[in-house]
Amino acid sequence: MMHYLDMGGFAAFIWPSYALSVLAITTLTVWVLRADRRAHDMLKRIEQGENRNRQAVSL
Amino acid sequence: MKNDRSRPAPSLANPKRFLEIVHVILPWVGTLAGLLLLGGFYWALFEVPPDYQQGESVRIMFVHVPAAWMSLFVYGLIAVSSFVGLVFAHPLADVAAKTAAPLGAVFTALALVTGSLWGKPMWGAYWVWDARLTSELILLLIYFGYIALWYAIEDPARAGRVAAVFALVGAVDLPIIHFSVNWWHSLHQPASVLRMGAPTMSAAYLWPLGIMALGYTVFFIWLWLLRIRTEVRKRRLRSILLQGSTG
Repeated sequence: MMHYLDMGGFAAFIWPSYALSVLAITTLTVWVLRADRRAHDMLKRIEQGENRNRQAVSL
Repeated sequence: MKNDRSRPAPSLANPKRFLEIVHVILPWVGTLAGLLLLGGFYWALFEVPPDYQQGESVRIMFVHVPAAWMSLFVYGLIAVSSFVGLVFAHPLADVAAKTAAPLGAVFTALALVTGSLWGKPMWGAYWVWDARLTSELILLLIYFGYIALWYAIEDPARAGRVAAVFALVGAVDLPIIHFSVNWWHSLHQPASVLRMGAPTMSAAYLWPLGIMALGYTVFFIWLWLLRIRTEVRKRRLRSILLQGSTG
């Protein structure tokens, strides 16, 4: 196991490369999903408010 | 006919169809990206043999090269979208270009950092002012400039036009990056996959590299579709709020 983790003496370069790649993939995923959810919720709220206003005007 | 981009275009004012299509395909694209990336990471870390010259450090290639390819591919998409936006005034072209830029910037930064981590054991230095490395760094700065333009100009229509011109000028860097290893003496190895003729790389490395590249590409497409959907929603929101304030 230690032999594998040592990566032939290149552990200090290989593991940070993979860690940064996984971090970038995870961060992008979370950032993009959160922004999409936020925009969805905000649009839904505004559209619901707009519909209520229209109904009030028609009454 | 006057090309008034400040007015919401029909397909963005009523983006129901686009959102419906994206809603259906997003889970499939996301799942495919996840499977490809998981498979690619496993293959690269556990199955690939050490290289006879570079030893285990060759494993960095599987995260560095796809990121570098994506940095060029995404900028190419931005340039094409910008051209379509400028010439044909397609309403989604600006959105496509704008939403791809931060993703491309992350891939470029990742390519530079992982390349630096690969360079130290191979060349003895984290950074050299080599043509390939320098032109890739310039690409990152171009990405930053492009993103900054979108934030600096308040009117989205004007920002879109200025950013599109900037993106097209910046596209000059793409062939420079690709051919830099042939045009100038470079520490960086020449192209071994995307070249005239057959790849010079062994199949033991070519297949996992292909899986990782495909994984990065599908992952980008998934994120890109999500970001386009977010931007369409934001513009629709802006349109509703503007109508409310003027009506």
